[in-house]
Amino acid sequence: MHHAHGLVEPSPSESMESFLNGLWKQNPVFVQVLGMCPTLAITNSVRNALAMGLATLFVLVCSNALVALVRKLVPRQVRIATYILIIATFVTIVDYMIKAISVPVYKALGAFIALIVVNCIILGRAEAFASKNPVGKSILDGLGMGIGFFFALLCLGGVREILGAGAFLGYPLFGPNYQPWVLFLLPPGGFFTLAAWLLVFTSWQARKKRRQAPAEVQS
Amino acid sequence: MRNVVYALLPVCAFSVWLFGVSALALIVTAAAASVLTEHLFSKLANRPSSVKDFSVVITGLLLALTLPPGFPLWMTAVGGFIAVALGKMLFGGLGFNIFNPALVGRAFLQAAFPVAITSYTPAMARDRFSEFIPTTLALPFMQPAALTEWIARVRVDAFSGATPLMQQKFDHVTTEILPLFLGKVSGSAGETSALLILLCGAYLIARNFMDWRIPAAMLLSAFLAGGAFHLASPAQYPNPFFVLFSGGLMLGALFMATDMVASPVTPLGVWIYGALMGLVTVIIRFLGGLPEGVMYAILLGNAVSPMIDNLTQPRVFGTRKKAEAKS
Repeated sequence: MHHAHGLVEPSPSESMESFLNGLWKQNPVFVQVLGMCPTLAITNSVRNALAMGLATLFVLVCSNALVALVRKLVPRQVRIATYILIIATFVTIVDYMIKAISVPVYKALGAFIALIVVNCIILGRAEAFASKNPVGKSILDGLGMGIGFFFALLCLGGVREILGAGAFLGYPLFGPNYQPWVLFLLPPGGFFTLAAWLLVFTSWQARKKRRQAPAEVQS
Repeated sequence: MRNVVYALLPVCAFSVWLFGVSALALIVTAAAASVLTEHLFSKLANRPSSVKDFSVVITGLLLALTLPPGFPLWMTAVGGFIAVALGKMLFGGLGFNIFNPALVGRAFLQAAFPVAITSYTPAMARDRFSEFIPTTLALPFMQPAALTEWIARVRVDAFSGATPLMQQKFDHVTTEILPLFLGKVSGSAGETSALLILLCGAYLIARNFMDWRIPAAMLLSAFLAGGAFHLASPAQYPNPFFVLFSGGLMLGALFMATDMVASPVTPLGVWIYGALMGLVTVIIRFLGGLPEGVMYAILLGNAVSPMIDNLTQPRVFGTRKKAEAKS
């Protein structure tokens, strides 16, 4: 990448920032609150969360790359249709891949694999980032956002499976006498867990802001 | 709010007499968990602790009284925490809860631990003052033990593990009205004695601490709806007095539906609110899958109470004349 310093290509620090943004500062789930449909629906076990996270990561990186590649060729009026077509292509690939790798996971995720097409994180990154940035930076942005989404799904899936089934990735953690909290495997459990994580993240950020505020006043 | 606590004490005492030390432990745990949660959240929000208002004690007591007497104590503590944290403090604390906090806690427990919350034990069990119900002392996060053996040992009659409502729903056996009214039957810790709850509620109404219209409307509408079902098909549906005195209807109508924050304030709205809850209770009991529907009926009533208020706003004095004068 050292030859990439130039007017067109971004500097490494800037690329790094677009990568880290998605991971933390602009985390698609905890900060932007996007992609709620898969976040709530398929995080009832860590396995499902892993599969959905990886699938979305793959689609996001690939579609970001391709959208960035063709960004100067696509007329403005048909750009959304083009994005959808590109995203749908990769979703079809993922769909067949998951079916080939694990039928139980494929059945558990059900319609939500196909619904990655309309995941607003992917469409949002295509429109807001990849259509305005070069390929390399778009890939990094896709990686950051994808891993951020993956991480968020894992946070939700972990809490829900541990409380709801007393297990992690299917391995029982607390022995046979554990009392499962059935609620956490059901849809309300998804809302409760998401709300709890959002609470944690917002309070972290609020605290950070409060700490930074006095410093700004001094300077 | 201290007077409501006083009014609930006889109900608690009767519960301890009927179900023994387990009921006592249940009540103390729920109250302690609720009070501690309120104190903690008040501190977290940098606000003066609102524990001294005693309304959180009511939440704890009411939560305990709606649970089966042998409900595991660790689940009770979870329920108390959820009731106050989720049902009250996250909405802004004292005076801001949109739902009755005790019922939020119970609804959570019902969804999280559906087996434990439907495991009832017989009333007047032998050795109830010297021995805990085995499920009470389940280890935190562990499943409570099975109750069948213990019930076979301590029961004084042919108790099948079902409350009058469950017997009615699943076995079509209607409990007689008098024992149901007096309360020497199985059920949730504090819901069994309709008579005692009525007396305690009457004390609050007499001292003007409670809007009598809400329980009156709720009980009346449940009675009428139950009566209509009974008249339509006497073999299938129990008589309306059974509807009135069984399950948590009395406790719910007098002590939970009347939550000052979560109920409407307009005179007409209060009647609509009560009638709606009574009707929904009967519909859930008779047409739904669950034997009891008071909890969801009241939560639903709480949810629509701001809308009821909006729809039944009284005309501001003098406004009509002004409008006429203008036109």
